Amino acid sequence: MFDRRLVSNFDWVLFLTVLLIAGIGITNLYSATYSDHVSGGTPLYLKQLLWLAGGVLLAQLICLFDYRHLEHFAIHIYGLSLVLLIYVLLIGRTTMGATRWIHLGFFNLQPGEVIKIAMILLLAKIFAETTTPFGYSLSELWQPALLLLLPVLLILKEPDLGTAMMVIFISMTMLLFAGLKRSTLVGLMVLAGLVGVAGWFGLHDYQRARIRTFLNPEADPLGSGYHIIQSKIAVGSGGFFGKGFIQGTQSQLAFLPERHTDFAFSVFAEEWGFAGSLVILLLYLFLIVWSLYVARRAADKFGLFLAVGVAAMLFWHIVVNLGMVIGLLPVVGVPLPLFSYGGTSMVTTMIGVGLLMNVSMRRFMF
Amino acid sequence: MGLDQNWKKLQVVQQRFFFYSMAATVIFFLLLLRLWYLQVISYQNLHDRSVRNRTRILSFDAPRGPIFDRNGVLLVGNRPSFQISVMRQDVEDRTLLFEKLAPLLNLEIPELERRWKKGKRFAIYRPTPLAMDVSREVMEKVQEHGVDLPGVLTEVRPVRDYLDHGSAAHLIGYLGEITKAELQNKKYAHYRGGDFVGKTAIERTYESYLHGEKGQRLVEVDVQGKLLRQLQVEPARPGNKIYLTLDRELQRAADEVFAGETGAAVALDVRTGEVLAMVSRPTFNPALFAKGISGGEWRELALDNRHPLQNKVISGQYPPGSTFKMVVALAALRDGVINTKRKINCRGDFLIGGSRYRCWKKRGHGETDFKKALRESCDVWFYTVGLELGIDKLSKAARELGLGAPTGYPLPGERSGLMPSQEWKHQRYNKPWYAGETVIASIGQGFVLATPIQLAVMTAAIANRGKVLKPRVIKKIEDWDGNLLLQPETEVVRQVHYSPETWKAVQDGMVAVVNEPHGTGHAAHLDNVLVAGKTGTSQVVRRKTDKEEELDKDGKIPYRFRPHALFVAYAPAAQPEIAVAVVVEHGQSGGRAAGPIAKRIIQRYMELKKQKQQEPKE
Repeated sequence: MFDRRLVSNFDWVLFLTVLLIAGIGITNLYSATYSDHVSGGTPLYLKQLLWLAGGVLLAQLICLFDYRHLEHFAIHIYGLSLVLLIYVLLIGRTTMGATRWIHLGFFNLQPGEVIKIAMILLLAKIFAETTTPFGYSLSELWQPALLLLLPVLLILKEPDLGTAMMVIFISMTMLLFAGLKRSTLVGLMVLAGLVGVAGWFGLHDYQRARIRTFLNPEADPLGSGYHIIQSKIAVGSGGFFGKGFIQGTQSQLAFLPERHTDFAFSVFAEEWGFAGSLVILLLYLFLIVWSLYVARRAADKFGLFLAVGVAAMLFWHIVVNLGMVIGLLPVVGVPLPLFSYGGTSMVTTMIGVGLLMNVSMRRFMF
Repeated sequence: MGLDQNWKKLQVVQQRFFFYSMAATVIFFLLLLRLWYLQVISYQNLHDRSVRNRTRILSFDAPRGPIFDRNGVLLVGNRPSFQISVMRQDVEDRTLLFEKLAPLLNLEIPELERRWKKGKRFAIYRPTPLAMDVSREVMEKVQEHGVDLPGVLTEVRPVRDYLDHGSAAHLIGYLGEITKAELQNKKYAHYRGGDFVGKTAIERTYESYLHGEKGQRLVEVDVQGKLLRQLQVEPARPGNKIYLTLDRELQRAADEVFAGETGAAVALDVRTGEVLAMVSRPTFNPALFAKGISGGEWRELALDNRHPLQNKVISGQYPPGSTFKMVVALAALRDGVINTKRKINCRGDFLIGGSRYRCWKKRGHGETDFKKALRESCDVWFYTVGLELGIDKLSKAARELGLGAPTGYPLPGERSGLMPSQEWKHQRYNKPWYAGETVIASIGQGFVLATPIQLAVMTAAIANRGKVLKPRVIKKIEDWDGNLLLQPETEVVRQVHYSPETWKAVQDGMVAVVNEPHGTGHAAHLDNVLVAGKTGTSQVVRRKTDKEEELDKDGKIPYRFRPHALFVAYAPAAQPEIAVAVVVEHGQSGGRAAGPIAKRIIQRYMELKKQKQQEPKE
């Protein structure tokens, strides 16, 4: 079953890029949690290293079988994810007012993350089967729309605005790639506008506060504006070359909140400055462009859409997280792939990477 | 499969790859622009903010300036004290913490809560004091339990040390935490909540000299305000040194001899107006205030009807009684109402306008001349002379000698006493002055009120023949390099003029009071120095009938009705140096209760003087 060609077609560029970013991310975590090291327990950067190892293993496992088999299971995976989402709403773990996790002993599973992959698989299957050169019309889209709406509503119920947004963004990116009739595009944009207005009133207070804070963080520097202000100070005070590894005062003295998760990049920017940030951004951009390149080289439409979906997932996570950290976007809890601490994010990212590699190495197999 | 390839090869689809890649690049470029803006353009501003984030300037108290007596003996210094404080933000479970702390500190939980709440006024990185000036044992116990007491820390802080058990507490004053009202006062511009400031007397008036300059530490803190390391220190500058005019040895003697009585005693230098000793009883322990007085302790002091916090030397107003008779004598001699030869027959009472005024000696003094009148304090003689003189001339003479108005004592709280006149009574009561009121005013009763410091100033003025001096308490103030910051000079408020014969007559009369047979002030007699003095026994409540007075005779008068005992004196009579005024509240007899106190103070003064003269020979 295993073809020689598969080994020779292994996408080393993708794999090494991912490892490089993850390596920098873990080094950064070492610094971000440096002040916690004395307190004992397994250091977070070591845990993250284990997650990375697990993730790499998972990605390699995914490469073992032909991704095209997944086309048949896409609907099952999607269904299972929905069940998990409902399950988490019923008996999930609640932290900080939101129910997002299923406790599995060794780690907490977030069905919100699983659904991202499931959604990519499902949409890739649908689009692979139904795209036409003329693009979709609105009436042809009720099925994917419904399949998208179901998990989104469940995620919003948790509530987890960030994940819901990510699922929508990823899906929309894939849909736009699949092609729309011009009238449909206009219609969707109007619809998005309406949802946006309605959404403002459906938001939780803390979510609305975040958006207001984003617009004017200095209004409440110790309250809701604290995250953004401290993050901006951290990033800006890094200057061009940064303060040096483990020398960031904002992060080491804990002025920066959530510095090992959502604000991990602030730590990096503080300690490595604009120069370091530039390197990371170029690596991320390369990863995305390469993913699109993988899509372009894909052997079939399913593989193409899979790769576009994963590229979209990476892109939106990176852009929304970085935008938040540097004060361009409101604070929404979106992790930075390969950088933020967290097993779920790492596993999701590595599954995506595994799918990309799978598509990439089977590009000549018809 | 083939269809797939066809779709993919459509130009519009191929363009999408390019378009998506471009969109991603453009958006990343925008992110980079933003990073450039933050990290390069706004660098300086954000860098400064990160520095401000992590550094704090912490000030620490300077030791308060020490207070010495006139000879350089330390009266009030500073000692290090242990203070148990808490960093509020480090405490997760306050109830639990207080339950553990309360028995260790020997404090009630509500009291700890009260102090915790007070700390909310402080900046977050400033520890909140929970117990000040705890013993070494308590401090050690707290340190032993340190692990169980997160956020609790021991600090060393200078605290006022009163070396003579709070002697002269009323002169020195006490400290207290600065109030909100004081914080808004310009005078306290550099102070912060929780600082201790002088509340009364020297500590208050010379606060600016005593306070010193706080030290400052530039420290690095984390987000919780936890101190990480010290970056820079500027040491505190201790407060300046104050030398009082007080003589500690004399003060001790006065303290001892006054013992448990209520009242006041003050000794002045006749030549300079310097306060040599000052006693006000009951007193208080200023050390209680230095460590932050508790509510209960404060109430006890404030509600005591004998007013321990009041300095009776300057704010106790008493009828001067017979100590006032010198004023009458001086004024009458100057006015020519009498001369030293004129005799008045005292039969034990004096009648005017249907009223009868009694001499203290029921049998009467018989034929009484000037000297005898003073020596034996004949009331009838002074009734007669006073009435002939009239209240206004009497009042004028008294005011000249420093009565009826503040003496200019340099510390707050002095009261003016009362020297009535016809005009005063008209204004105050809208009533005419009655002859009978002149009669009792002539023996220092009725409306007449004087403070002990006024009586001492008056006595000194008689001793130095008319120089009315402003009392002084500060000898000098020096900084730690020995530079003189303040050295008040002797201030003569006014010079009163009487003929030398008049002065001599009155002074001789006062000598006779102490040294001649039948003198009322014999209790103040000293063998080796000639003391001049005058007793006074002033009624607290006016009794109307003889019958009441007879009831009084057997010593069963309730305490509050007993007359005050007064004594004023100066010595040596020939070349006066020290003047003393003593008031023993409800002491019954000026001669017996107040006289010995004045005597002891003068005696001790002479002893100390002698010691000093011998010292250089050693």
